Amino acid sequence: MWLTRPLSERSTQLFLGILFIAMLLVTVLHVALPEGHALHVSAYTVTLLGKYLCYALLAVAVDLVWGYLGILSLGHGAFFALGGYAMGMYLMRQIGDRGVYGDPLLPDFMVFLNWDALPWYWQGFDMAWFAVIMVLLAPGLLALVFGFLAFRSRVTGVYLSIITQALTFALMLAFFRNEMGFGGNNGLTDFKDILGFNLRTDATRLGLFLATGVALAVGYIVCRAIVASKLGRVSIACRDAEARTRFLGYRVERVQLFVFVVSAMLAGVAGALYVPQVGIINPSEFSPLFSIEIVVWVALGGRATLYGAVIGAVLVNYAKTVFTGIMPDAWLFALGALFVLVTVFLPKGIAGLLPSLRRPKVGDDPAAPGPGHDPGYDPDHDPDQAADAQSPANREATV
Amino acid sequence: MSILRSLTQLFVVCCLSLPLLAHAQDTREEGPALLQALAEASSADKGDVISRIAKSGDERARDWLAAFADGKLSRIEDSGQFVIVLENRGRNWTVADALTGEPMGEVSRRELDTIRINNALRRELDSILSVIDLTVNNAERRLEAARALRGRVDAALSKRLAELLPDESDDRVRTVLQDALAIYRLEQGDITAVAPLSGSLNSEVRAALTSAARSDDPKLVAAANDALASIEQKLKFNRAAETLYFGLSLGSVLVLAAIGLAITFGVMGVINMAHGELIMLGAYTTWGMQQLLPGQPGLALVLSIPAGFLVSALAGVAIERSVIQFLKGRPLETLLATFGVSLILQQLVRTVISPLNRTVITPEWMSGSVMINEALSLTLNRLYVLGFALVVFAGLMLIMRKTRLGLEVRAVTQNRAMARSMGIKATRVDIMTFALGSGVAGLAGVALSQLTNVGPNLGQNYIIDSFMVVVFGGVGSLWGTLVAGLSLGTINQLLEPWAGAVLAKIVVLVFIILFIQKRPRGLFPQKGRAAEG
Amino acid sequence: MSFISELSHRDRVFDFLTPTLSPVDVRHGPILYMDGVTVTFDGFRAINDLSLTIDDGELRCIIGPNGAGKTTMMDIITGKTRPDTGSVWFGSRHNLLTKSEPDIASLGIGRKFQKPTVFEALSIFENLELAMSADKRVFPSLTARMTGETIDRIEEVLTTVGLTRLRHRAAGILSHGQKQWLEIGMLLMQKPRLLLVDEPVAGMTEQEMERTAELLTSLAGKQSVVVVEHDMGFVRSIARTVTVLHQGSVLAEGTMDQVSNDPKVIEVYLGEGA
Repeated sequence: MWLTRPLSERSTQLFLGILFIAMLLVTVLHVALPEGHALHVSAYTVTLLGKYLCYALLAVAVDLVWGYLGILSLGHGAFFALGGYAMGMYLMRQIGDRGVYGDPLLPDFMVFLNWDALPWYWQGFDMAWFAVIMVLLAPGLLALVFGFLAFRSRVTGVYLSIITQALTFALMLAFFRNEMGFGGNNGLTDFKDILGFNLRTDATRLGLFLATGVALAVGYIVCRAIVASKLGRVSIACRDAEARTRFLGYRVERVQLFVFVVSAMLAGVAGALYVPQVGIINPSEFSPLFSIEIVVWVALGGRATLYGAVIGAVLVNYAKTVFTGIMPDAWLFALGALFVLVTVFLPKGIAGLLPSLRRPKVGDDPAAPGPGHDPGYDPDHDPDQAADAQSPANREATV
Repeated sequence: MSILRSLTQLFVVCCLSLPLLAHAQDTREEGPALLQALAEASSADKGDVISRIAKSGDERARDWLAAFADGKLSRIEDSGQFVIVLENRGRNWTVADALTGEPMGEVSRRELDTIRINNALRRELDSILSVIDLTVNNAERRLEAARALRGRVDAALSKRLAELLPDESDDRVRTVLQDALAIYRLEQGDITAVAPLSGSLNSEVRAALTSAARSDDPKLVAAANDALASIEQKLKFNRAAETLYFGLSLGSVLVLAAIGLAITFGVMGVINMAHGELIMLGAYTTWGMQQLLPGQPGLALVLSIPAGFLVSALAGVAIERSVIQFLKGRPLETLLATFGVSLILQQLVRTVISPLNRTVITPEWMSGSVMINEALSLTLNRLYVLGFALVVFAGLMLIMRKTRLGLEVRAVTQNRAMARSMGIKATRVDIMTFALGSGVAGLAGVALSQLTNVGPNLGQNYIIDSFMVVVFGGVGSLWGTLVAGLSLGTINQLLEPWAGAVLAKIVVLVFIILFIQKRPRGLFPQKGRAAEG
Repeated sequence: MSFISELSHRDRVFDFLTPTLSPVDVRHGPILYMDGVTVTFDGFRAINDLSLTIDDGELRCIIGPNGAGKTTMMDIITGKTRPDTGSVWFGSRHNLLTKSEPDIASLGIGRKFQKPTVFEALSIFENLELAMSADKRVFPSLTARMTGETIDRIEEVLTTVGLTRLRHRAAGILSHGQKQWLEIGMLLMQKPRLLLVDEPVAGMTEQEMERTAELLTSLAGKQSVVVVEHDMGFVRSIARTVTVLHQGSVLAEGTMDQVSNDPKVIEVYLGEGA
């Protein structure tokens, strides 16, 4: 089974092991130690860590398309938010008549807007299974339609980045409108419970945290399985030489579409797990700034590694928590500087600094030092020697 | 009747000769006596005195009568001095000497004896004032007076106007006076008055026609309805013209914002996400200039044009040297790094200046509007920005087409290695190009400061739109940017009435997204084999 | 009987009814048939009423001065450029003008680019793996497994192109000449019916050129090979039939000796200072 293939990889085992130990540790420290103990992990921290894990899953989704397919999506926040809204709609319907206005069917904001019936697209969200399907379907469908149009017309590179940004911007404007029926400016909030569990209890929070951890592990395995398959190598081929891949007989646009849709669905799942933990979903998740922030997590962690995305997401968001706590003004400076420093000085990200877990792949580094002298061709026929004579630094000149 | 005749004579004399001024000087002493007479005359006699004042030819007569009509002509009880009340709120009123016009500060209202006026007199005065205004030397003031008369003409006034009309030298005033008379005749049920009125866009004319359309005379009703229909047609056209103007205005803003990007992105291939912040810097330069030159907003604005260019160009060069040059050939990384720069610049402005919006003053010569006709007036600041955008565009075209720099830029764009081997310093060209594109962003900021609030988010609001314009127009094509900017602005304005501002924007964005998928290279694609990635 | 069925195949109105990946039919003519093809770029006629046929198993060299339209011709055959007029058939069954690049590649037309393009981030082994003829749709690629047979074939080609010892190194480290070889290896993995080879020996040493010549000649017969080359010595060493392109159409065609004595060809080459 292709999906289980990554389980035999050392790097995946290591990643899953560390994730498992971390989750176990948090659980034990939260449950076993009494409150007030120095090592006790509070419910607040558990939820915070859960949030980081959601971001990590989102970053893995972005890394899948950016790192392996060369598609820099500046609109992944849209897929995340759509998943989040699907979950938010389920949670809204779960409130039932416990809202401020006590309407058994309509969410508070609809009562406030004097709506007398539930819009058709809110039907079915009272059922958890339906919501789960929509969490995958809504972002997946958007990615399918958008990707189909874009990839068919061979819109890639910077153009694609810009129109993905426009996409999420347009969605943000749309969701800000009250008429859309998604709560407008305020979004969806005041959730009470999920699957019958009260969202305010510590146990539910821990459960959500663990569920997010499992989702991250599954998401990681799915991505790893794609990347390690022949399709993954085709993706890299599309990334590096799209035309060549086409002349080999691969339908580049379908490869791109498949990976893009998978990535969007993973982002949707991340959004769906995020909403019950932070208790709100509003149009700001669609903001272009958020989407581009995700990209910098991946860039910091090191792209085309998957685990790098996880490291980047957790680190940046931890830094954000710390910074906004002590000096909120400095955060945007720090974030801005991070963008610049990572791209200029750390093109391979943190993962590039770690001891390699895999077979070294020189070509993974898209940012080799500048062009050297033209090596021309090697007069010596021995291929091994010829290869040794070619330092990686020189290879760009022949591209 | 005698009043009118003398006034007409007065007007003719007024227009013709200086001696009249001398005459006015001579009669200056008459002033106090006339006011005295006005104050002391009985209600019945006041009409007579008014006509004497109007006849006197005193240049202050209008002010006196206007103040009298408003109930602001007073006499200080103790001194008997005549004053005009400037401000009549509170216990103490601000007054000025009626004879000299000197401000006299505040006087307790108990000390003031207002010269009484009744409604009959007021009506008479209104006409007299209008007629006086119609006889002044200044054509603009006559026009204003004539406009005010429409729909207010009664039998007496109509006769006076008919007498004034042949002597009127200004065509605009004459047309308006004719309209005013026609409205009066229409009110009397005169069907021949309809023809001259059809086609006028004035609301009084429309009101008169509408009421005529409800009259009992079927012929008049039909004629009035026809006239109204033709007016409605004209109005529709004017509304379209207005939408087009707003569209072009919005478009010119988009062009200004995007044209710098068309150079850095289109020509150099550098994605500068901090472009919006360079616009913002230009706007803040204008604000700073006005702080440096308080009281001279116009001069400050003019000086801001070179200053804004310079500030943004320098900032652009700093960005190019510190970040972009290290990321050559890696467009996606450039995008990210410059986005970081944009965050830093925004936060810098928030921290150093203020997170709040700053107000940039619009100089007098840019405020107000140009009236094309009664239904269509164009705001001056938008007109200036439109013109400015076109000038900037033409300038850029000239630089790219006719100068050495333009030639070198095009050479480096097409084949960097070849250009280098021909002795072109590619690095220098990069810096110059980037400075040019960034400087133009600064110019956009200067222009924008006249239309919107200047705040830290100013640039952010334009960056996505700017990229859309460049991509829609075809990367690398300045013409494309111009056409795309103007057409997107117009489309947006056309959609707004039925979709609302936000939805219109969404529709435009979705339209562009779909358009790019249909024509990935935009409206004006770069052609040839070299364009193939 | 077969003749009648063939006719009915040709006259099919609905193109989508033709199976896309049906085998190439060369029983009734050449493997590649171009007729009256014209391409215009911005008013410039890159290809002008070009007609050309390549027989099954033939090794054909195409020469011509710069701008003669050699690369554009390959772009048309592989579906990268669409001509304004004319027809291009692969065998007697496949109209190439209605097919996309991947379809044309899957039909069995392989192409080596003028500038060697290999997947630098992937290892040499993986480069060959991707090139191998297989089911190249998305889901089969996702679930594909490496079989012993596959590995054997890759190893075989690795030996042919002399890159066995480097097989797990990234292709990005290869020299220009080695990349040319890798690309030829990828062509071999594709098992195409028709190979389009654009300047295969640029940047190669004498020995490498000799080996390339050997390889290309050995391929001919089983597969049809079209070689575009500037190096006249190389062309002379492999050519049986040579076609001279000039200003987008065929100027002369024949053996190397016939062609090089053709006064029109001499004029074009000498006149252009080549």
